[in-house]
Amino acid sequence: MRKLVKRGYLALILLFLYIPIIVLILQSFNAGKSRAKWEGFSLQWYSELFKDQAIMKALYVTLSIAVIAAIAATVLGTLAAIGIHAMRKRPQAVMMTMTNLPMTMPDIVTGISLMILFTFSKIERGYITMLLAHITFNTPYVILSVLPKLKQMNKHTYEAALDLGASPTYALVHVILPEISPGVITGLLLAFTLSLDDFVISYFTTSPMVQNLSTLIYSKARIGIEPTLNALSALMFLALLVLLLIVNRRASKPAKAR
Amino acid sequence: MNQSLSLPSWMLWLLGLFLLGFVLLAVYSVKRTNGIRRSFFASPYSLWMVLFTIVPCVLIAYYALTDANGAFTLDNFRNFWDSNYSVNQLYTQMGPEYEVLIQRGTVNIGILVYSLWMALLCTIICLVLGYPAAYFMADRNIKIGSILVVLFIIPMWMNFLLRTIAWMTLLEDQGLINTLLKSLGFHSVQLMYNDRAVLLGMVYNFLPFMVFPIYTSLTKMDSKLLEAAQDLGANHLHTFWRVTAPLSLPGVISGITMVFMPSVTTFFIPRILGGGNTMMFGDLIENRFLTEGNWNLGSALSLIMMVLILISLSVLRKADPEGEGGGMI
Repeated sequence: MRKLVKRGYLALILLFLYIPIIVLILQSFNAGKSRAKWEGFSLQWYSELFKDQAIMKALYVTLSIAVIAAIAATVLGTLAAIGIHAMRKRPQAVMMTMTNLPMTMPDIVTGISLMILFTFSKIERGYITMLLAHITFNTPYVILSVLPKLKQMNKHTYEAALDLGASPTYALVHVILPEISPGVITGLLLAFTLSLDDFVISYFTTSPMVQNLSTLIYSKARIGIEPTLNALSALMFLALLVLLLIVNRRASKPAKAR
Repeated sequence: MNQSLSLPSWMLWLLGLFLLGFVLLAVYSVKRTNGIRRSFFASPYSLWMVLFTIVPCVLIAYYALTDANGAFTLDNFRNFWDSNYSVNQLYTQMGPEYEVLIQRGTVNIGILVYSLWMALLCTIICLVLGYPAAYFMADRNIKIGSILVVLFIIPMWMNFLLRTIAWMTLLEDQGLINTLLKSLGFHSVQLMYNDRAVLLGMVYNFLPFMVFPIYTSLTKMDSKLLEAAQDLGANHLHTFWRVTAPLSLPGVISGITMVFMPSVTTFFIPRILGGGNTMMFGDLIENRFLTEGNWNLGSALSLIMMVLILISLSVLRKADPEGEGGGMI
């Protein structure tokens, strides 16, 4: 009985979270354009999707920015985490405050402050500014996922490597990096998803000429969303799901070996 | 935007000094240790953050404290606190026949209170719904906890704008819920364009952020403590209140932070589900910047927002001094 209540409750919460997604996916197969009325099954939105220039361009912007920003933030953030970890207490505290500041700032303030910066320094808003903004808000998340791994690491392995004649660079690449790689990968994935889903900061740091999917959806929200966008998000959802399954497969194999 | 964008020279000097200090520090640290120290790896990042976080914050403060001509003023804050201030000023300038035009711009406090209230409600609902969910997920007898976590994450992969818009399909007058009600013989209800719809959208979007940290802190808990409590004669309820609840407090606090902060400043959800009938603080800030082009007032509002958030964060920190609240995942 108790178990049933627990499962039932969790099922209800999950249903609440999944209802809009189910609706979205159903709409993408609806033959008609109306949102609520079912007019038969069709794949026409999926075929129209690839002909829609605006959507394809937005998809390209979204994906390319997510990839570049995630990689840049991972490099910047991993280096920073190694540096911060090696610092003495005082500078370390300063760096951590600087890292936590953008995370406590509401998105809208981050977006607006960057918009002011770009306008102020007479940089025209567009692709590059959006990319810079994404790297900026991604990097602290990378640092915060790498730092715990550095703290868990045995300090003496690095020192031992140096004592055995390894150069600091060699020790860094062959001793520290392998140890912290799970944190680096978590950071990379986190940065990628954050950047993929961001709306507020992109909205303030880009121009109407360069839109990512979020700002495109926003600009169409009032007029009415075309089912093509639903089709696209259903496809992206499927792609991420497959990716997750592959990652899970690969992650569970070494777990068994342990 | 016909803002005058020339900063006074002292600001540029300050920026230059900043960079100079940074370079000096770098040279000093290299010299002292005959080679690059590991802590130096953080320097590209610190430079980046100074440029793209610290300087923008300084710029916001600068705009908040100046008027359109760049002269120092506190008017932007006075405008905010004294709800009739801007009205009276315009009134004396334009005369009574413009009264209708002057209605806006006087509602700042009202909107702020409304946003805080909505965010509070959203946080409470998320806590009430999310705590049991996290508690059941962390239950060792259920065994599929880790799968459930993934199930909670997956919805977040779909663009949150589209998910919020999908709620429109369900809630609108000709929407699914009303169609269902009608076919069952009930009257249709107005579900969209009111506070409840906005609240629903907020709870929907932020619920996972409450569940994860609580779940993390519950799984970190040592299960032997529960056994010990029961061995010592505590019943289920007692064990929960005296052992589980206090130990999960860090997670609860970090969950509250992660739900409350984004809900105060959300500006998409009220616009879609509230249909413009409701305005929240995020909308107000966006409006001042993009619609009105009043950067000074907009910056003052952003500054007030940040101060409020920093205050509430430090209050919450006090309740969780070790700062070990679970994190996001």
